[in-house]
Amino acid sequence: MSEISNQLESLSYKAQQIANEASQLASNVAETSGGHSDFIIFGITVLVLACFVGYYVVWSVTPALHSPLMGVTNAISSVIIVGALLAAGPVDSNISKYFGLVAVTLAAVNIFGGFVVTNRMLSMFKKKQ
Amino acid sequence: MSTLTTAAYLVSSVLFILSLRGLSHPSTARRGNFLGILGMTIAIVTTLSNPGVLSYKEIGIAFLIGGLIGTSIAVKIQMTALPQLVAAFHSLVGLAAVFVAASAYYNPSAFNIGTFGSIPIGSLIEMSIGTAIGAVTFTGSIIAFGKLQGFVSGNPLVFKGQHFINLLLGLGIIVLIVKFCIDQNQELFWLIVFASFVIGVLLIVPIGGADMPVIVSMLNSYSGWAAAGIGFTLSNNLLIITGALVGSSGAILSYIMCKGMNRSFLNVLLGGFGGEQAASAGGVKDDRQAKQGNAADAAFMMKNSKTIIIVPGYGMAVAQAQHALREMVDLLKAAGAEVRYAIHPVAGRMPGHMNVLLAEANVPYDEVLELDEINRDFSETDVAFVIGANDVTNPAAKTDKTSAIYGMPILDVENAGQVFFVKRGMASGYAGVQNELFFRDNTLMLFGDAKKVCEDIIKGLEN
Repeated sequence: MSEISNQLESLSYKAQQIANEASQLASNVAETSGGHSDFIIFGITVLVLACFVGYYVVWSVTPALHSPLMGVTNAISSVIIVGALLAAGPVDSNISKYFGLVAVTLAAVNIFGGFVVTNRMLSMFKKKQ
Repeated sequence: MSTLTTAAYLVSSVLFILSLRGLSHPSTARRGNFLGILGMTIAIVTTLSNPGVLSYKEIGIAFLIGGLIGTSIAVKIQMTALPQLVAAFHSLVGLAAVFVAASAYYNPSAFNIGTFGSIPIGSLIEMSIGTAIGAVTFTGSIIAFGKLQGFVSGNPLVFKGQHFINLLLGLGIIVLIVKFCIDQNQELFWLIVFASFVIGVLLIVPIGGADMPVIVSMLNSYSGWAAAGIGFTLSNNLLIITGALVGSSGAILSYIMCKGMNRSFLNVLLGGFGGEQAASAGGVKDDRQAKQGNAADAAFMMKNSKTIIIVPGYGMAVAQAQHALREMVDLLKAAGAEVRYAIHPVAGRMPGHMNVLLAEANVPYDEVLELDEINRDFSETDVAFVIGANDVTNPAAKTDKTSAIYGMPILDVENAGQVFFVKRGMASGYAGVQNELFFRDNTLMLFGDAKKVCEDIIKGLEN
Protein backbone atom coordinates (compact mmCIF):
# COMPACT_ATOMS: atom_id res chain seq x y z
CA MET A 1 0.00 0.00 0.00
CA SER A 2 2.64 2.46 1.02
CA GLU A 3 4.69 1.32 -2.00
CA ILE A 4 1.85 2.22 -4.33
CA SER A 5 1.34 5.58 -2.70
CA ASN A 6 5.10 6.22 -3.01
CA GLN A 7 4.99 5.33 -6.68
CA LEU A 8 1.98 7.54 -7.18
CA GLU A 9 3.76 10.38 -5.47
CA SER A 10 6.86 10.09 -7.63
CA LEU A 11 4.68 9.73 -10.74
CA SER A 12 2.71 12.84 -9.92
CA TYR A 13 6.00 14.66 -9.25
CA LYS A 14 7.32 13.60 -12.66
CA ALA A 15 4.06 14.60 -14.30
CA GLN A 16 4.33 18.00 -12.73
CA GLN A 17 7.91 18.36 -13.98
CA ILE A 18 6.89 17.44 -17.49
CA ALA A 19 4.01 19.89 -17.33
CA ASN A 20 6.40 22.60 -16.20
CA GLU A 21 8.81 21.87 -19.00
CA ALA A 22 5.99 21.80 -21.53
CA SER A 23 4.66 25.15 -20.42
CA GLN A 24 8.16 26.60 -20.55
CA LEU A 25 8.65 25.23 -24.03
CA ALA A 26 5.29 26.57 -25.09
CA SER A 27 6.13 30.01 -23.83
CA ASN A 28 9.49 29.85 -25.63
CA VAL A 29 7.79 28.92 -28.84
CA ALA A 30 5.25 31.68 -28.34
CA GLU A 31 8.06 34.16 -27.79
CA THR A 32 9.99 33.25 -30.91
CA SER A 33 7.12 32.78 -33.32
CA GLY A 34 4.79 35.45 -31.94
CA GLY A 35 7.74 37.76 -31.40
CA HIS A 36 9.38 37.75 -34.77
CA SER A 37 8.67 35.33 -37.58
CA ASP A 38 5.03 36.35 -37.42
CA PHE A 39 6.04 39.97 -37.69
CA ILE A 40 7.75 39.41 -41.03
CA ILE A 41 4.48 38.41 -42.69
CA PHE A 42 2.62 41.14 -40.85
CA GLY A 43 5.32 43.67 -41.78
CA ILE A 44 5.27 42.67 -45.44
CA THR A 45 1.49 43.10 -45.42
CA VAL A 46 1.89 46.60 -44.04
CA LEU A 47 4.68 47.37 -46.53
CA VAL A 48 2.65 46.31 -49.55
CA LEU A 49 -0.44 48.21 -48.43
CA ALA A 50 1.64 51.30 -47.68
CA CYS A 51 3.15 51.13 -51.17
CA PHE A 52 -0.35 51.31 -52.61
CA VAL A 53 -1.19 54.28 -50.40
CA GLY A 54 2.06 55.93 -51.45
CA TYR A 55 1.35 55.26 -55.12
CA TYR A 56 -2.02 57.01 -55.08
CA VAL A 57 -0.97 59.84 -52.80
CA VAL A 58 2.17 60.67 -54.79
CA TRP A 59 0.39 60.64 -58.16
CA SER A 60 -1.99 63.24 -56.77
CA VAL A 61 0.92 65.60 -56.01
CA THR A 62 0.97 68.46 -58.52
CA PRO A 63 4.14 68.44 -60.69
CA ALA A 64 4.85 72.05 -59.66
CA LEU A 65 5.47 70.79 -56.13
CA HIS A 66 7.78 67.89 -56.95
CA SER A 67 10.77 69.64 -55.37
CA PRO A 68 8.96 70.24 -52.06
CA LEU A 69 7.79 66.60 -52.28
CA MET A 70 11.42 65.52 -52.30
CA GLY A 71 12.08 67.83 -49.35
CA VAL A 72 9.23 66.36 -47.29
CA THR A 73 9.98 62.74 -48.16
CA ASN A 74 13.60 63.37 -47.29
CA ALA A 75 12.59 64.74 -43.91
CA ILE A 76 10.14 61.95 -43.08
CA SER A 77 12.52 59.19 -44.19
CA SER A 78 14.58 60.35 -41.20
CA VAL A 79 11.93 58.68 -39.05
CA ILE A 80 14.79 56.19 -38.86
CA ILE A 81 15.66 58.32 -35.81
CA VAL A 82 13.26 56.02 -33.93
CA GLY A 83 15.83 53.24 -34.31
CA ALA A 84 18.67 55.63 -33.52
CA LEU A 85 17.03 56.72 -30.27
CA LEU A 86 16.50 53.11 -29.15
CA ALA A 87 20.16 52.43 -29.94
CA ALA A 88 21.38 55.48 -28.05
CA GLY A 89 18.98 54.89 -25.15
CA PRO A 90 20.83 52.53 -22.74
CA VAL A 91 22.73 54.12 -19.86
CA ASP A 92 25.95 52.10 -20.13
CA SER A 93 28.34 53.37 -22.75
CA ASN A 94 29.45 50.98 -25.46
CA ILE A 95 30.08 51.08 -29.20
CA SER A 96 26.38 50.45 -29.89
CA LYS A 97 25.36 53.54 -28.01
CA TYR A 98 27.89 55.72 -29.85
CA PHE A 99 26.65 54.42 -33.18
CA GLY A 100 23.16 55.31 -32.03
CA LEU A 101 24.19 58.83 -31.05
CA VAL A 102 25.86 59.41 -34.43
CA ALA A 103 22.70 58.19 -36.13
CA VAL A 104 20.60 60.55 -33.98
CA THR A 105 22.76 63.48 -35.08
CA LEU A 106 22.60 62.54 -38.77
CA ALA A 107 18.85 62.02 -38.68
CA ALA A 108 18.34 65.31 -36.82
CA VAL A 109 20.27 67.21 -39.52
CA ASN A 110 17.89 65.71 -42.02
CA ILE A 111 14.69 66.27 -40.08
CA PHE A 112 15.38 69.93 -39.41
CA GLY A 113 17.04 70.56 -42.76
CA GLY A 114 14.30 68.79 -44.71
CA PHE A 115 11.34 70.46 -43.04
CA VAL A 116 12.92 73.93 -42.96
CA VAL A 117 13.97 73.92 -46.60
CA THR A 118 10.53 72.59 -47.64
CA ASN A 119 8.86 75.33 -45.67
CA ARG A 120 11.09 77.89 -47.38
CA MET A 121 10.17 76.54 -50.80
CA LEU A 122 6.45 76.40 -50.06
CA SER A 123 6.31 79.89 -48.60
CA MET A 124 7.47 81.21 -51.99
CA PHE A 125 4.56 79.72 -53.94
CA LYS A 126 2.02 82.51 -54.29
CA LYS A 127 -1.13 82.99 -56.31
CA LYS A 128 -1.63 85.86 -58.73
CA GLN A 129 -2.76 88.99 -56.88
CA MET B 1 5.63 47.52 -27.63
CA SER B 2 2.75 48.81 -25.58
CA THR B 3 -0.64 49.48 -27.12
CA LEU B 4 -0.28 53.19 -26.46
CA THR B 5 3.08 53.32 -28.27
CA THR B 6 1.68 51.42 -31.24
CA ALA B 7 -1.28 53.78 -31.39
CA ALA B 8 0.98 56.83 -31.29
CA TYR B 9 3.12 55.44 -34.12
CA LEU B 10 -0.05 54.84 -36.11
CA VAL B 11 -1.03 58.47 -35.61
CA SER B 12 2.33 59.63 -36.95
CA SER B 13 2.05 57.31 -39.95
CA VAL B 14 -1.32 58.82 -40.80
CA LEU B 15 0.06 62.33 -40.36
CA PHE B 16 2.89 61.52 -42.79
CA ILE B 17 0.40 60.28 -45.38
CA LEU B 18 -1.68 63.45 -44.93
CA SER B 19 1.45 65.56 -45.22
CA LEU B 20 2.16 64.15 -48.70
CA ARG B 21 -1.51 64.48 -49.57
CA GLY B 22 -1.29 68.19 -48.76
CA LEU B 23 1.14 68.66 -51.62
CA SER B 24 -1.62 68.06 -54.15
CA HIS B 25 -2.12 71.83 -54.31
CA PRO B 26 0.05 74.84 -53.39
CA SER B 27 -2.73 76.22 -51.19
CA THR B 28 -2.70 73.19 -48.87
CA ALA B 29 0.99 72.41 -49.11
CA ARG B 30 2.21 74.39 -46.11
CA ARG B 31 -0.34 72.71 -43.88
CA GLY B 32 0.95 69.41 -45.26
CA ASN B 33 4.47 70.27 -44.22
CA PHE B 34 3.21 71.19 -40.77
CA LEU B 35 1.44 67.82 -40.43
CA GLY B 36 4.74 66.17 -41.32
CA ILE B 37 6.50 68.05 -38.54
CA LEU B 38 3.72 67.07 -36.12
CA GLY B 39 4.01 63.40 -37.11
CA MET B 40 7.77 63.47 -36.61
CA THR B 41 7.40 65.13 -33.19
CA ILE B 42 4.93 62.47 -32.06
CA ALA B 43 7.25 59.71 -33.30
CA ILE B 44 10.24 61.15 -31.43
CA VAL B 45 8.40 61.86 -28.17
CA THR B 46 6.84 58.40 -28.21
CA THR B 47 10.23 56.75 -28.69
CA LEU B 48 11.80 58.85 -25.93
CA SER B 49 9.13 57.62 -23.50
CA ASN B 50 10.21 54.02 -24.17
CA PRO B 51 11.51 52.55 -20.86
CA GLY B 52 14.73 51.47 -22.60
CA VAL B 53 15.62 55.05 -23.53
CA LEU B 54 17.33 56.63 -20.56
CA SER B 55 20.34 58.69 -21.65
CA TYR B 56 18.39 61.86 -22.30
CA LYS B 57 21.38 64.15 -21.86
CA GLU B 58 23.56 62.62 -24.59
CA ILE B 59 20.58 62.20 -26.91
CA GLY B 60 19.58 65.81 -26.34
CA ILE B 61 23.06 67.05 -27.21
CA ALA B 62 23.26 64.90 -30.35
CA PHE B 63 19.79 66.00 -31.44
CA LEU B 64 20.59 69.66 -30.82
CA ILE B 65 23.85 69.54 -32.77
CA GLY B 66 22.13 67.85 -35.71
CA GLY B 67 19.17 70.20 -35.55
CA LEU B 68 21.38 73.29 -35.54
CA ILE B 69 23.46 72.07 -38.48
CA GLY B 70 20.36 71.10 -40.47
CA THR B 71 18.52 74.34 -39.79
CA SER B 72 21.46 76.61 -40.57
CA ILE B 73 22.14 74.84 -43.87
CA ALA B 74 18.46 74.91 -44.86
CA VAL B 75 18.10 78.60 -44.04
CA LYS B 76 21.18 79.67 -45.98
CA ILE B 77 21.06 77.45 -49.05
CA GLN B 78 20.42 79.14 -52.39
CA MET B 79 17.42 77.79 -54.26
CA THR B 80 19.56 77.06 -57.32
CA ALA B 81 21.59 74.66 -55.14
CA LEU B 82 18.54 72.64 -54.04
CA PRO B 83 19.38 69.49 -56.04
CA GLN B 84 22.78 69.05 -54.39
CA LEU B 85 21.28 69.82 -50.97
CA VAL B 86 18.69 67.10 -51.42
CA ALA B 87 21.36 64.66 -52.59
CA ALA B 88 23.47 65.47 -49.53
CA PHE B 89 20.49 64.94 -47.23
CA HIS B 90 19.77 61.55 -48.80
CA SER B 91 23.32 60.47 -48.06
CA LEU B 92 22.72 61.21 -44.36
CA VAL B 93 19.63 58.99 -44.24
CA GLY B 94 21.66 56.19 -45.80
CA LEU B 95 24.51 56.60 -43.34
CA ALA B 96 22.11 56.80 -40.38
CA ALA B 97 20.56 53.50 -41.53
CA VAL B 98 24.02 51.89 -41.55
CA PHE B 99 24.74 53.16 -38.03
CA VAL B 100 21.39 51.99 -36.66
CA ALA B 101 21.94 48.54 -38.17
CA ALA B 102 25.49 48.36 -36.77
CA SER B 103 24.19 49.35 -33.39
CA ALA B 104 21.49 46.69 -33.55
CA TYR B 105 24.13 44.13 -34.50
CA TYR B 106 26.39 44.90 -31.51
CA ASN B 107 23.63 45.38 -28.95
CA PRO B 108 20.54 43.50 -30.16
CA SER B 109 18.93 43.49 -26.73
CA ALA B 110 18.16 47.22 -27.04
CA PHE B 111 15.89 46.25 -29.96
CA ASN B 112 14.57 42.99 -28.41
CA ILE B 113 16.16 40.82 -31.07
CA GLY B 114 18.24 38.40 -28.96
CA THR B 115 21.81 38.87 -27.81
CA PHE B 116 25.12 39.57 -29.55
CA GLY B 117 26.10 36.56 -31.65
CA SER B 118 22.71 34.89 -31.37
CA ILE B 119 20.35 37.11 -33.32
CA PRO B 120 17.43 35.30 -34.97
CA ILE B 121 17.99 34.68 -38.67
CA GLY B 122 15.00 36.77 -39.77
CA SER B 123 16.41 39.83 -38.05
CA LEU B 124 19.83 39.19 -39.56
CA ILE B 125 18.42 39.12 -43.07
CA GLU B 126 16.48 42.34 -42.54
CA MET B 127 19.43 43.99 -40.84
CA SER B 128 21.90 43.14 -43.59
CA ILE B 129 19.53 44.19 -46.39
CA GLY B 130 18.81 47.48 -44.60
CA THR B 131 22.55 48.02 -44.16
CA ALA B 132 23.34 47.32 -47.81
CA ILE B 133 20.64 49.68 -49.12
CA GLY B 134 21.68 52.35 -46.63
CA ALA B 135 25.33 52.08 -47.62
CA VAL B 136 24.54 52.25 -51.37
CA THR B 137 22.35 55.31 -50.71
CA PHE B 138 25.17 56.94 -48.77
CA THR B 139 27.99 56.74 -51.32
CA GLY B 140 25.65 57.04 -54.31
CA SER B 141 24.26 60.30 -52.93
CA ILE B 142 27.75 61.59 -52.16
CA ILE B 143 28.76 61.10 -55.79
CA ALA B 144 25.49 62.65 -57.02
CA PHE B 145 26.14 65.59 -54.70
CA GLY B 146 29.69 65.95 -56.02
CA LYS B 147 28.49 65.92 -59.62
CA LEU B 148 25.77 68.50 -58.97
CA GLN B 149 28.06 70.72 -56.92
CA GLY B 150 30.86 70.43 -59.48
CA PHE B 151 33.35 68.67 -57.15
CA VAL B 152 33.26 65.66 -59.43
CA SER B 153 33.08 66.04 -63.20
CA GLY B 154 29.51 65.94 -64.46
CA ASN B 155 30.69 63.88 -67.43
CA PRO B 156 29.83 60.23 -67.32
CA LEU B 157 32.83 58.13 -66.31
CA VAL B 158 32.63 54.96 -68.33
CA PHE B 159 35.18 52.16 -68.45
CA LYS B 160 35.25 48.72 -69.91
CA GLY B 161 33.64 45.92 -67.94
CA GLN B 162 31.87 48.40 -65.65
CA HIS B 163 28.56 46.59 -65.65
CA PHE B 164 30.29 43.26 -65.22
CA ILE B 165 32.09 44.54 -62.12
CA ASN B 166 28.80 45.91 -60.74
CA LEU B 167 27.12 42.57 -61.33
CA LEU B 168 29.99 40.73 -59.65
CA LEU B 169 29.88 43.07 -56.67
CA GLY B 170 26.10 42.71 -56.41
CA LEU B 171 26.37 38.93 -56.38
CA GLY B 172 29.24 39.23 -53.89
CA ILE B 173 27.03 41.21 -51.52
CA ILE B 174 24.33 38.54 -51.72
CA VAL B 175 26.90 35.84 -50.88
CA LEU B 176 28.20 37.95 -47.99
CA ILE B 177 24.68 38.43 -46.65
CA VAL B 178 24.01 34.68 -46.76
CA LYS B 179 27.29 33.94 -44.98
CA PHE B 180 26.61 36.68 -42.43
CA CYS B 181 23.20 35.22 -41.66
CA ILE B 182 24.81 31.86 -40.97
CA ASP B 183 27.73 32.76 -38.72
CA GLN B 184 27.00 36.38 -37.63
CA ASN B 185 30.65 37.30 -38.00
CA GLN B 186 31.40 41.01 -37.49
CA GLU B 187 34.00 41.15 -40.26
CA LEU B 188 31.28 39.97 -42.63
CA PHE B 189 29.00 42.77 -41.45
CA TRP B 190 31.61 45.41 -42.27
CA LEU B 191 32.45 43.69 -45.55
CA ILE B 192 28.80 44.06 -46.56
CA VAL B 193 28.99 47.75 -45.66
CA PHE B 194 32.23 48.23 -47.58
CA ALA B 195 31.09 46.37 -50.71
CA SER B 196 27.85 48.36 -50.73
CA PHE B 197 29.83 51.60 -50.42
CA VAL B 198 31.84 50.61 -53.50
CA ILE B 199 28.80 49.63 -55.54
CA GLY B 200 27.11 52.94 -54.63
CA VAL B 201 30.06 54.83 -56.15
CA LEU B 202 30.25 52.61 -59.24
CA LEU B 203 26.51 52.92 -59.89
CA ILE B 204 26.54 56.71 -60.07
CA VAL B 205 29.89 57.62 -61.71
CA PRO B 206 28.83 56.58 -65.24
CA ILE B 207 25.77 58.83 -65.15
CA GLY B 208 25.91 62.28 -66.75
CA GLY B 209 25.00 65.51 -64.96
CA ALA B 210 21.79 66.02 -66.90
CA ASP B 211 20.47 62.60 -65.89
CA MET B 212 20.73 63.64 -62.25
CA PRO B 213 16.98 64.31 -61.84
CA VAL B 214 16.40 60.58 -62.31
CA ILE B 215 19.25 59.69 -60.01
CA VAL B 216 18.29 62.09 -57.23
CA SER B 217 14.75 60.66 -57.33
CA MET B 218 16.11 57.12 -57.34
CA LEU B 219 18.28 57.80 -54.30
CA ASN B 220 15.25 59.37 -52.63
CA SER B 221 13.51 56.06 -53.21
CA TYR B 222 16.47 54.07 -51.83
CA SER B 223 16.56 56.12 -48.63
CA GLY B 224 12.93 55.10 -48.12
CA TRP B 225 13.63 51.39 -48.65
CA ALA B 226 16.55 51.64 -46.22
CA ALA B 227 14.20 53.06 -43.58
CA ALA B 228 11.68 50.28 -44.29
CA GLY B 229 14.46 47.68 -43.93
CA ILE B 230 15.36 49.03 -40.50
CA GLY B 231 11.64 49.02 -39.71
CA PHE B 232 11.61 45.23 -40.15
CA THR B 233 14.60 44.86 -37.82
CA LEU B 234 12.78 46.90 -35.20
CA SER B 235 9.38 45.29 -35.88
CA ASN B 236 8.15 48.85 -36.23
CA ASN B 237 5.25 49.61 -38.58
CA LEU B 238 5.86 53.35 -38.56
CA LEU B 239 9.25 52.89 -40.21
CA ILE B 240 7.84 50.41 -42.70
CA ILE B 241 4.94 52.65 -43.69
CA THR B 242 7.10 55.78 -43.97
CA GLY B 243 9.78 53.88 -45.84
CA ALA B 244 7.19 52.60 -48.31
CA LEU B 245 5.78 56.10 -48.82
CA VAL B 246 9.20 57.59 -49.50
CA GLY B 247 10.25 54.60 -51.57
CA SER B 248 7.23 54.78 -53.84
CA SER B 249 7.45 58.56 -54.07
CA GLY B 250 11.03 58.40 -55.32
CA ALA B 251 10.20 55.58 -57.71
CA ILE B 252 7.28 57.51 -59.23
CA LEU B 253 9.41 60.64 -59.64
CA SER B 254 12.13 58.63 -61.42
CA TYR B 255 9.46 57.16 -63.66
CA ILE B 256 8.10 60.62 -64.53
CA MET B 257 11.61 61.87 -65.30
CA CYS B 258 12.41 58.87 -67.50
CA LYS B 259 9.16 59.35 -69.38
CA GLY B 260 10.01 63.02 -69.87
CA MET B 261 13.16 61.89 -71.68
CA ASN B 262 11.58 58.88 -73.42
CA ARG B 263 14.22 56.63 -71.93
CA SER B 264 13.91 53.50 -69.88
CA PHE B 265 15.07 53.48 -66.30
CA LEU B 266 17.59 50.78 -67.14
CA ASN B 267 18.98 52.91 -69.95
CA VAL B 268 19.61 55.76 -67.49
CA LEU B 269 21.15 53.42 -64.93
CA LEU B 270 23.50 51.86 -67.45
CA GLY B 271 24.77 55.38 -67.91
CA GLY B 272 27.22 56.89 -70.32
CA PHE B 273 24.61 59.26 -71.71
CA GLY B 274 25.29 62.97 -71.98
CA GLY B 275 28.12 65.15 -70.77
CA GLU B 276 30.54 67.14 -72.89
CA GLN B 277 32.23 64.11 -74.45
CA ALA B 278 29.02 62.95 -76.05
CA ALA B 279 28.26 66.49 -77.13
CA SER B 280 31.53 66.94 -78.99
CA ALA B 281 31.63 63.44 -80.44
CA GLY B 282 27.96 63.15 -81.36
CA GLY B 283 27.28 66.74 -82.33
CA VAL B 284 26.99 66.94 -86.09
CA LYS B 285 29.07 69.70 -87.63
CA ASP B 286 26.64 72.01 -89.25
CA ASP B 287 27.45 74.80 -91.69
CA ARG B 288 23.97 76.23 -91.68
CA GLN B 289 23.75 79.71 -90.25
CA ALA B 290 21.42 80.54 -87.40
CA LYS B 291 19.97 84.02 -87.42
CA GLN B 292 21.30 86.20 -84.68
CA GLY B 293 19.39 88.99 -83.00
CA ASN B 294 20.14 91.45 -80.26
CA ALA B 295 18.42 92.53 -77.07
CA ALA B 296 17.02 95.70 -78.62
CA ASP B 297 15.25 93.70 -81.39
CA ALA B 298 13.82 91.31 -78.82
CA ALA B 299 12.63 94.16 -76.59
CA PHE B 300 10.93 95.91 -79.50
CA MET B 301 9.18 92.79 -80.77
CA MET B 302 8.03 91.54 -77.41
CA LYS B 303 6.72 94.96 -76.45
CA ASN B 304 4.38 94.74 -79.43
CA SER B 305 3.25 91.16 -78.71
CA LYS B 306 0.00 90.13 -77.12
CA THR B 307 0.88 86.63 -75.96
CA ILE B 308 4.28 85.40 -74.78
CA ILE B 309 5.37 82.02 -73.40
CA ILE B 310 8.64 81.72 -71.49
CA VAL B 311 10.45 78.36 -71.60
CA PRO B 312 13.04 78.18 -68.81
CA GLY B 313 15.69 75.47 -68.41
CA TYR B 314 18.76 74.61 -66.40
CA GLY B 315 20.70 77.48 -68.04
CA MET B 316 18.44 79.94 -66.24
CA ALA B 317 19.35 78.34 -62.91
CA VAL B 318 23.07 78.40 -63.69
CA ALA B 319 22.95 82.09 -64.64
CA GLN B 320 20.68 82.92 -61.65
CA ALA B 321 18.53 84.72 -64.21
CA GLN B 322 15.11 84.11 -62.62
CA HIS B 323 14.87 87.52 -60.93
CA ALA B 324 15.95 89.48 -64.02
CA LEU B 325 13.54 87.36 -66.05
CA ARG B 326 10.64 88.19 -63.78
CA GLU B 327 11.47 91.94 -63.98
CA MET B 328 11.47 91.66 -67.75
CA VAL B 329 8.10 89.92 -67.65
CA ASP B 330 6.67 92.59 -65.34
CA LEU B 331 7.55 95.26 -67.89
CA LEU B 332 6.02 93.21 -70.69
CA LYS B 333 2.83 92.74 -68.70
CA ALA B 334 2.74 96.47 -68.04
CA ALA B 335 2.95 96.91 -71.82
CA GLY B 336 -0.17 94.78 -72.16
CA ALA B 337 1.13 91.32 -72.99
CA GLU B 338 -0.18 88.09 -71.51
CA VAL B 339 2.87 86.16 -70.28
CA ARG B 340 2.96 82.54 -69.14
CA TYR B 341 5.67 79.99 -68.39
CA ALA B 342 5.96 76.47 -69.82
CA ILE B 343 7.83 73.86 -67.80
CA HIS B 344 9.11 70.61 -69.26
CA PRO B 345 9.13 67.64 -66.83
CA VAL B 346 12.92 67.28 -67.02
CA ALA B 347 13.85 70.97 -66.99
CA GLY B 348 16.49 71.61 -64.32
CA ARG B 349 18.41 69.19 -62.18
CA MET B 350 15.62 67.87 -59.97
CA PRO B 351 11.87 67.34 -60.38
CA GLY B 352 10.05 70.66 -60.05
CA HIS B 353 13.30 72.63 -59.90
CA MET B 354 12.12 75.38 -62.29
CA ASN B 355 8.85 75.87 -60.41
CA VAL B 356 10.74 76.59 -57.19
CA LEU B 357 13.11 79.03 -58.88
CA LEU B 358 10.26 80.93 -60.50
CA ALA B 359 8.35 80.97 -57.21
CA GLU B 360 11.48 82.36 -55.59
CA ALA B 361 11.42 85.20 -58.11
CA ASN B 362 7.80 85.91 -57.09
CA VAL B 363 6.22 84.46 -60.21
CA PRO B 364 2.64 83.45 -59.26
CA TYR B 365 2.21 79.67 -59.55
CA ASP B 366 -0.91 79.94 -61.68
CA GLU B 367 1.14 81.50 -64.50
CA VAL B 368 3.47 78.48 -64.54
CA LEU B 369 2.08 75.60 -66.61
CA GLU B 370 3.11 72.02 -67.33
CA LEU B 371 3.84 70.63 -70.78
CA ASP B 372 0.39 69.01 -71.23
CA GLU B 373 -1.41 72.13 -70.13
CA ILE B 374 0.26 74.63 -72.44
CA ASN B 375 1.70 72.77 -75.40
CA ARG B 376 -1.32 73.34 -77.63
CA ASP B 377 -1.19 77.10 -77.06
CA PHE B 378 2.15 77.72 -78.77
CA SER B 379 0.49 77.92 -82.19
CA GLU B 380 -1.62 80.86 -80.97
CA THR B 381 1.29 82.59 -79.29
CA ASP B 382 3.18 85.58 -80.72
CA VAL B 383 6.52 85.00 -79.00
CA ALA B 384 8.21 82.01 -77.36
CA PHE B 385 11.17 83.02 -75.23
CA VAL B 386 13.49 80.06 -74.56
CA ILE B 387 15.95 80.74 -71.76
CA GLY B 388 18.44 78.08 -70.75
CA ALA B 389 16.53 75.15 -72.24
CA ASN B 390 17.66 73.27 -75.34
CA ASP B 391 16.90 69.62 -76.03
CA VAL B 392 13.34 69.90 -74.69
CA THR B 393 12.51 72.29 -77.57
CA ASN B 394 14.11 70.32 -80.41
CA PRO B 395 11.53 69.57 -83.12
CA ALA B 396 13.77 66.75 -84.40
CA ALA B 397 12.45 64.66 -81.49
CA LYS B 398 9.17 64.45 -83.38
CA THR B 399 10.43 63.83 -86.89
CA ASP B 400 13.99 62.51 -87.01
CA LYS B 401 13.97 58.80 -86.19
CA THR B 402 17.77 58.67 -86.13
CA SER B 403 18.00 61.35 -83.44
CA ALA B 404 19.14 60.35 -79.95
CA ILE B 405 16.16 62.16 -78.51
CA TYR B 406 13.56 60.79 -80.95
CA GLY B 407 10.25 60.23 -79.19
CA MET B 408 10.99 62.49 -76.27
CA PRO B 409 7.99 64.73 -75.50
CA ILE B 410 8.98 68.29 -76.37
CA LEU B 411 7.55 71.78 -76.07
CA ASP B 412 6.29 72.86 -79.50
CA VAL B 413 7.94 76.29 -79.39
CA GLU B 414 8.52 76.26 -83.16
CA ASN B 415 4.76 76.81 -83.64
CA ALA B 416 4.96 80.25 -82.05
CA GLY B 417 5.04 83.29 -84.34
CA GLN B 418 8.55 84.24 -83.27
CA VAL B 419 11.08 82.31 -81.18
CA PHE B 420 13.84 83.98 -79.17
CA PHE B 421 16.48 81.55 -78.05
CA VAL B 422 18.80 82.74 -75.28
CA LYS B 423 22.01 80.73 -75.31
CA ARG B 424 25.68 81.19 -74.51
CA GLY B 425 27.01 79.68 -77.74
CA MET B 426 26.10 77.32 -80.55
CA ALA B 427 27.09 74.16 -78.61
CA SER B 428 24.55 71.38 -78.61
CA GLY B 429 22.59 70.31 -75.55
CA TYR B 430 23.51 67.46 -73.25
CA ALA B 431 22.16 64.84 -75.59
CA GLY B 432 24.78 65.93 -78.13
CA VAL B 433 22.12 66.63 -80.72
CA GLN B 434 21.98 69.74 -82.89
CA ASN B 435 18.78 71.67 -82.24
CA GLU B 436 16.79 72.02 -85.48
CA LEU B 437 15.00 74.97 -83.97
CA PHE B 438 18.07 77.22 -84.42
CA PHE B 439 17.72 77.13 -88.19
CA ARG B 440 14.02 77.83 -88.43
CA ASP B 441 13.00 81.06 -90.17
CA ASN B 442 11.11 82.26 -87.12
CA THR B 443 14.01 81.77 -84.69
CA LEU B 444 16.34 84.51 -83.55
CA MET B 445 19.32 83.58 -81.39
CA LEU B 446 20.20 85.88 -78.51
CA PHE B 447 23.76 84.96 -77.56
CA GLY B 448 25.02 85.71 -74.08
CA ASP B 449 24.61 84.93 -70.40
CA ALA B 450 20.91 84.45 -69.60
CA LYS B 451 20.87 87.05 -66.85
CA LYS B 452 22.78 89.62 -68.94
CA VAL B 453 20.41 89.14 -71.88
CA CYS B 454 17.37 89.69 -69.65
CA GLU B 455 18.92 92.85 -68.20
CA ASP B 456 19.67 94.16 -71.70
CA ILE B 457 16.09 93.51 -72.77
CA ILE B 458 14.87 95.33 -69.64
CA LYS B 459 16.97 98.36 -70.70
CA GLY B 460 15.48 98.13 -74.17
CA LEU B 461 11.96 97.97 -72.76
CA GLU B 462 12.51 100.94 -70.48
CA ASN B 463 13.66 103.20 -73.32
